Amino acid sequence: MYRNKYRVIIPFLFPSLLIYLTFVIYPYLRAMYISLTRWRGLAKPPEFIGLANFAKMMQDEYFWNALGNNGVYMIMLPVFTIGLALFFAFLLTQGVPFGKFYRVSYFFPQVMSIVAIGVLWSFVYHPLIGMLNSLLQSIGINEPPVWLGNPDTVLGAVGSVMIWQAIGFFMIMFIASMEAVPDGLYEAARIDGATGWHIFWHITIPMIWETLQTAIIFILIGAANMFAITQTMTMGGPSRSSEVLSTYLYDEAFLNSEFGYGTAVAVALFVIIFLISVVLQRLMKRDTLEY
Amino acid sequence: MTTETFKPRKNEDDSTGNQPDIGAFISKSVLNIVLAIWAVVVIFPMAWLLYSSFKTDKEIFFSPWALPAAPQWDNFSRAWTEAHIGDYFLNSFLVVLPALFLIVFLSAMAAYVLARFPFPGNRFIFYLFMAGMLFPVFMALIPLFFLVRTLGMLNTYHGLVLVYVAYSFPFSVFFLTGFFKSLPSELHEAAIIDGANQYQVFFKIMLPLAQPGLISIGIFNFLGMWNQYLLPVVLMTDSKRYLLTQGLAFMLHQQYYKNDWSGLFAAVSLIMIPSLIVYVIFQGQIQKGITVGALKG
Repeated sequence: MYRNKYRVIIPFLFPSLLIYLTFVIYPYLRAMYISLTRWRGLAKPPEFIGLANFAKMMQDEYFWNALGNNGVYMIMLPVFTIGLALFFAFLLTQGVPFGKFYRVSYFFPQVMSIVAIGVLWSFVYHPLIGMLNSLLQSIGINEPPVWLGNPDTVLGAVGSVMIWQAIGFFMIMFIASMEAVPDGLYEAARIDGATGWHIFWHITIPMIWETLQTAIIFILIGAANMFAITQTMTMGGPSRSSEVLSTYLYDEAFLNSEFGYGTAVAVALFVIIFLISVVLQRLMKRDTLEY
Repeated sequence: MTTETFKPRKNEDDSTGNQPDIGAFISKSVLNIVLAIWAVVVIFPMAWLLYSSFKTDKEIFFSPWALPAAPQWDNFSRAWTEAHIGDYFLNSFLVVLPALFLIVFLSAMAAYVLARFPFPGNRFIFYLFMAGMLFPVFMALIPLFFLVRTLGMLNTYHGLVLVYVAYSFPFSVFFLTGFFKSLPSELHEAAIIDGANQYQVFFKIMLPLAQPGLISIGIFNFLGMWNQYLLPVVLMTDSKRYLLTQGLAFMLHQQYYKNDWSGLFAAVSLIMIPSLIVYVIFQGQIQKGITVGALKG
């Protein structure tokens, strides 16, 4: 049946490979080279300078500031998103009234674009027209913070929006994983007299461990990025207090024409994400439960 | 869940009293209230935005929570024409629809070959496609910008279409390869014996069989492309060709200079409503399509 198979293989693969190699593989390889160059202008070619960009990064306070903000998101986002998504998923798999309605409505922010969500929440947080502060004033808080204009609250305010939009997604993911756990395990636990809380910790969590691991890595990759939401809601402000690495490298490259340095920041960001994923996978490694 | 199932074990956690049924009832009610509160937290901001977009600027400023006194339909027509939301919609369609068609078609062909035809280099090509999932897009961003510029494709629809397609390959090929592997091979063999050629087998037998997989991957890619922001920000810098996401961000930032808040609210509503309708109709498939990556990965 595989006679003349290359007459299928070549035309079926060739267009895809051509597009993919040109627009994906080539830029990634080229990025690794450009990160080792000084490249400022559009006219002059990149000049090889070895690891000098990375040495500069070590001294660059704006780089550390942006990395620190990504670090805050990398702790805040997984903790709250996973915590709440697990909690809701567990409740909704127990069969509660309006369960279907909750699943549908919690997930909805996921189909909106991050930009639309960012605009929506910029309105909610707005000091004059926003519903949040007028709610706070009505319950007696006279001077609520200017959420996006205050360096102390801006990371929390932007991070909350990402948690708000992500919970539904991870909840659905956990529900699918929880529903795959064989009922017999729960039955046996109940016969042994286990309560809801015990069942959750000793059966549900171990049984969905791999999904949990995937979820944490997904959220961390998201927390390392944060480009669209930051660009929409704060542009990195006030005075760089919500700047993240992706917006910093974008500004360095496309506003300051520091193409070599901007690419080096991108490569550093990739290395950081990669290392975190590897370390996390090691840390979370467990013997897979057989059932 | 019945109270029976979750009754505490004897002698444990029983210090609260000897009325476990009332305790269980209270904790159940609390949990239901928590679920309802979260539903309000998710839905209310969007509902607030929708009804606020019918208000006048004055009402938006002086009574943020109140319903509009009289619906201002004019907000929507201003958003559609003066704020160019109509143009942005069109631009988004002109990029996303061709890109979606191409990625489903091309990745199905590539995945079919990778799943069904052993040949030297098959694994290598598969892993080459997978490698794209390892790297974040912004690492490629700067070289990509110069490449697209050199090819004369900056600010063109077809340039962005090709880039969208290219970056959708890794996951689409990964997912569909798994899908084609799971299809029975007997049909394929039978068709060949009956004298069908390989193209007929693919288009007449394999593609229809793969339809559920193609729908999932289509939904997944549609949402990703429709909501994409980073790539158009770099590759579509001409404000006449802004896509919807860019147009929206642009309007928000403009608003600090112009003061048409009601128009801006209406614009965001216009963008939200289609997503809302599509989601309510197809929510089952969308939830499956969008989480498919996470569960297979």
